[in-house]
Amino acid sequence: MLDVREESRPVALESAPEEARWRWKDLLDTDVLDPADIQLVMDTAEAMSEVRSRPMSKVATLRGTTVVTLFYEQSTRTRASFEVAAKALGADVVNLTASGSSVEKGESLIDTVRTLEAIGADLVVMRHGKSGAPYLAARHSKAGIINGGDGTHAHPTQALLDLFTMRRHLGDLAGRKVLIVGDILHSRVARSNIWTLVSAGAEVTLCGPATLLPTSLAGRSERGSVKVTTNLDQAIAGADVVMALRIQKERAERGLIPSLREYIRGYQVNARRLALAAPGALVMHPGPMNEGIEISPEIAHGVGSVIEEQVSNGVAVRMAILYLMATARTA
Amino acid sequence: MSIEAMLGREEVGRTLRRLAHEIIENNRGAENLVLVGLLSRGYPLAKRLAAAIEDFEHVTVPVGRLDIGLYRDDVTRRAAPPRIRPSEIPADIDGKTVVLVDDVLYTGRSIRAALDALLDFGRPARVRLAVLIDRGHRELPIRPDFVGKNIPTGAFQSVQVRVAEVDGDDGVYVFDEEATHA
Repeated sequence: MLDVREESRPVALESAPEEARWRWKDLLDTDVLDPADIQLVMDTAEAMSEVRSRPMSKVATLRGTTVVTLFYEQSTRTRASFEVAAKALGADVVNLTASGSSVEKGESLIDTVRTLEAIGADLVVMRHGKSGAPYLAARHSKAGIINGGDGTHAHPTQALLDLFTMRRHLGDLAGRKVLIVGDILHSRVARSNIWTLVSAGAEVTLCGPATLLPTSLAGRSERGSVKVTTNLDQAIAGADVVMALRIQKERAERGLIPSLREYIRGYQVNARRLALAAPGALVMHPGPMNEGIEISPEIAHGVGSVIEEQVSNGVAVRMAILYLMATARTA
Repeated sequence: MSIEAMLGREEVGRTLRRLAHEIIENNRGAENLVLVGLLSRGYPLAKRLAAAIEDFEHVTVPVGRLDIGLYRDDVTRRAAPPRIRPSEIPADIDGKTVVLVDDVLYTGRSIRAALDALLDFGRPARVRLAVLIDRGHRELPIRPDFVGKNIPTGAFQSVQVRVAEVDGDDGVYVFDEEATHA
């Protein structure tokens, strides 16, 4: 029998707006998410954040759901964050890394995801060094694939947790100035952030040395503006959010930057530069940080820093994604 | 389809005031009382009950709101997964008398979920259940302690409670679903 009240259909009387529903089998990047999708993730994450604050912070909603984390690249926070999120929802978690698995024996990505599916994986969180690898996995798997970072391409849950953190502090991001500083060229965090931030109406500026700054990203989106500049002191003026990216020390060895000292001189987010930003500007970093290189320690741990909040919000946002994807799959 | 109006705005108000008196009587006053309304319509009803109790007893009664989406027994089976909203329990419920408040009691499954959700916030001394409408058809061994009105219904009928804070006006309606399929 249909439980009419539980469906709460307002028959004949004024009809409620159609509730947004999750419609994606996989989460590969933020580029496909429309504003209603993003709002659904943000609202659900807000509720999950409340669940995390309860005396008993674990629920049984995804009991019977199996989440596999499949990491071909090292990670501490992303993998741990997904594991905590899945367990907080009552799901079972299986952690696989490339070393010590049959991946080491040369098993192909497609075979691996098919095996995981046969074992009963409902969702696979995947990190891979090659851009696009999760797309290949998604095409060959009935399990939902969540991209936990692929090469230099995308890191959608990082972008969603960054957006969640910004909105908690700033509310509506329309017209807000968000500055992303560092190695834009190799940054999947920057790429996924651009989609969500432009969709939210933010004015995005990407800043870094010319060798690490793809000018093709400027004006790339039809939804809004993305500016590209090599001058940090100008770009930071009036910024509401300053996000520093990790600089890999081997970029200097490969000649992309003259030296780390040069990089610090031109692009470190420090107290002197932050003073040029809007009062109360948020300082963000996706981690792990090279303190004293792309960000100075007093700023990383200063009053405007929300870097630790990004990590804890990451659990709530990943709970939201797991909940939405697991329930959409079974529906 | 036929629609029958069961309670109007004034009757809803009168019923809530009677329920407030019954809660006070059962609790021997308004001390150690916490009202927790289920989202969406139980919560505004809980706020109104608390206001009435305060009016009668001159004691402030904390009001919480509870989202039961994560505790439903059909969460991974539904065509449309419930949209999850934050709960808020403003007071320590350990050792208190918690009155759960909802608009319609039907299968009892929502209340089962609400009990599980509530107990994640603490260990109340006792939990009571107040509903504006009891329409019968229980599927679980759950009974209400305070009932605004019993409305016996058939399987092809549905009950809709409208609450001003959510729907713009107060009222209780019974729909005859069968007529829509005829």
